[in-house]
Amino acid sequence: MLSQQLLNALSLGSVYAVFALGFTLIFGVLGVINLSHGVIFMMGSYIALQLVTLLHLPIVLALVVAAILSGLLAVVIDWLVLRPLRARNAPHLAPMIATIGVSILLTSLIQGLMGAEIRRFPSGTLPEESITWGDLHITYVQIGIMVIAIMMMVGLWLLMKKTQLGRALRAIAESPKAAALLGIPVEKLFYCTSFMAGSLGGVAGVLVGLSFNAISPFMGQPMLHKGIAVIILGGMGDIRGALIGGLFLGFAEVFSVAYLSSDFRDAIAFGLLFLILLIKPSGLFGRILERKA
Amino acid sequence: MLEWLETFWSTYNTLILSIGINSLLALSIALTLSCGLLSLANAAFMGIGAYAAATLTMQFNCPFELALILSILTPVCVALLIGLPTLRLSGVYLAMATLGFGEVLRVVIMNIDFIGGPMGLNGIPNLTSFWHVLAALLLVVYLLWRLKASKVGRAFVAIREDEVAAKLMGIPVMQFKLLAFSLGAGIAGLAGGLNAHFTYTIGPNSYAFENAVEILTMAVFGGANSLLGPILGGTLLTLLPEVLRGLKEYRLAVNGLVLILVVLYLPNGLWSGKSRRIKKSMTSVQG
Amino acid sequence: MFEIKNLSKNFGGLEILKDVSLTVQKGSISALIGPNGAGKTTVFNCITGLVKPNLGSIQLEGQELIGLASHQVTRLGVARTFQNIRIFKEMTLLENVLVGMHSHLNYGSKDWLLARSSYKEQEKQARETAYELLSLFGLHHQHAQTANSLSYGEQRQLEFARALATKPQLLLLDEPVAGMNAAEKSRLMKEVELIRQRGVTIFLIEHDMRFVMELCDQITVLNFGQVIAQGEPEVIKNHPGVIEAYLGAVEA
Repeated sequence: MLSQQLLNALSLGSVYAVFALGFTLIFGVLGVINLSHGVIFMMGSYIALQLVTLLHLPIVLALVVAAILSGLLAVVIDWLVLRPLRARNAPHLAPMIATIGVSILLTSLIQGLMGAEIRRFPSGTLPEESITWGDLHITYVQIGIMVIAIMMMVGLWLLMKKTQLGRALRAIAESPKAAALLGIPVEKLFYCTSFMAGSLGGVAGVLVGLSFNAISPFMGQPMLHKGIAVIILGGMGDIRGALIGGLFLGFAEVFSVAYLSSDFRDAIAFGLLFLILLIKPSGLFGRILERKA
Repeated sequence: MLEWLETFWSTYNTLILSIGINSLLALSIALTLSCGLLSLANAAFMGIGAYAAATLTMQFNCPFELALILSILTPVCVALLIGLPTLRLSGVYLAMATLGFGEVLRVVIMNIDFIGGPMGLNGIPNLTSFWHVLAALLLVVYLLWRLKASKVGRAFVAIREDEVAAKLMGIPVMQFKLLAFSLGAGIAGLAGGLNAHFTYTIGPNSYAFENAVEILTMAVFGGANSLLGPILGGTLLTLLPEVLRGLKEYRLAVNGLVLILVVLYLPNGLWSGKSRRIKKSMTSVQG
Repeated sequence: MFEIKNLSKNFGGLEILKDVSLTVQKGSISALIGPNGAGKTTVFNCITGLVKPNLGSIQLEGQELIGLASHQVTRLGVARTFQNIRIFKEMTLLENVLVGMHSHLNYGSKDWLLARSSYKEQEKQARETAYELLSLFGLHHQHAQTANSLSYGEQRQLEFARALATKPQLLLLDEPVAGMNAAEKSRLMKEVELIRQRGVTIFLIEHDMRFVMELCDQITVLNFGQVIAQGEPEVIKNHPGVIEAYLGAVEA
């Protein structure tokens, strides 16, 4: 039923978009492909899970705390791993490999500490009934996802376009050296960006954990792949791209499962990805230009 | 003595063959890196080689050596095809594009039932011997050694350093990038064909992003600038998980930690070829 | 021997080059001068195939260069140095120059794979020539050092040597003496003269007027993408349009 599928697609696509936004933000401002973004996503989910099961926090509060802690985690990773690489002007390869190392390390640690089994949020975390509106069934999770996703995206957009901070970040995205010359505290803002990106990733993790009711140490990997696909589709370093790419992927997945078969789900998304790679490798909104130093 | 060798071999043959295969893979990516190309597609090319060879031996009763040759040629053809559009990209864009290609390939393979679909191919004949792997490794090392000493090797490094300046030296940059890319693909494919025929089974998930990353790590860890470095990296990183077996789930944590530490403190890998290069050019002017 | 006719280039609505025409005589040392932003480097980029002009023609000994890929332009005999020095920093000096000889090394893959004599001979020959080129600039003692260990002036010299290795008919020098002191400049002047004596035609961009006036046979002046004067140094020195371009309109 079309409108139901549209709703599902919107919901799924929004989560993809939120995740991809964090990823693309780091690429745009720090100039780095942060492959630990998937693991931060996973940690966000576990943090919320622990807050709900151990401290019995209401889910909304748990979400906020998880967002903050994920952001902090991202800052720590930036400070420990990415900062020394920036300081010595390491080639692009270095942060990629280093963040892969972080990803492997944290996944393994969580696997050891929490076990590899799939965990679930306890029943009652979110009201289980869905709201019926005509023919549509909307679950609370979906409402939550869309509300939060919209809030975060609008918030980010406002930040980037209307605030001093946003202007500074865009200046850094153009050219860190020029921005520094203008008196912008580049290093501090790098941490700030990491925080924002980490929060976005963590929030996406909680939302996915809630909507699929499955949390595992390995959930970061497939999400990271999707994030990469979104970034390539939408263009790297571009916020609109992350948004549209995320929604596009959500729609492609939902509709191919609904009208074709689930076998094709991944194939369609990646088939399109491949076409884009062949025709316009910089994605829909991406810029091929190498960033000025 | 012979008995000891036989027992040693029967316990450790998989490990030793894996070391050889991983060294080949590390060399394949070091080659593309030497031209400034960060290609994460080599795991995919390995997969193409593996599937090509396995299909030939299983479905068409092809002699092993011929299948191996095709495990080199098939990925080379694919590399030439996708290289043309993607090699226009550079740096992280190229890395992402090659990664995307790898993912696409994996999904494509999963959906082709003729070659096993998501279950992969099982019951691949055990045809790879120690000598096959050794021969492959020696041939590839020889090839890369000769390449580095020729104008082609120099051109690769020039392209890596400064593409524009390289063009103005009369170097047809795109052609050479394609060369590096497809040679790397061929070597990875060979590794794949060899690997398939001692692991009995292959599946689309053996050639995914994680594997591409592992290969890259081995090359970088060992030192991508030399010939010995990737082999060293391949050997050590194949042995490391075995050595760490006792740590169970935390085994991979050590892998991750090693990666981070190497990138932060050993940027040129364990064995960088620099000091040897200076000595080499000094002697050859007088020679 | 080298002719640019009606060269025009616009970029996003901006007219960078407008109907630029000039000739360079074989065996001469000519200069392209003009205020910053006049389009001089764009002319060089058009010649070397890095930028595609909208209109016009560039011919070397009758051979059209527009539309050719950069490496093809080099193979036809045009070499170039850059304003901001583009040497291969991690390679040794000798290797840098050897890369320049790339298009003149004629061995194939069988030759280097099997280390055949044609490969060995040509490599040996190339190394000797490279060493000789380096000694022209006094850099031969450092041939085994990496290029980033050189001083600024020495790096420029290296770029010069490397460009010569491509055996050019026409050598384009983009601000060859920028950032050099007086001693280095007069040394480079002598080196340019030496190169000319080896049969290479030289076309350079420079801001140092004394250098240009002393060295060059022919000067073309560019301003806002257009040629405003062409001729010998004496003529250019006193040309009112040129003076105006550099100093602004003279108050009446």
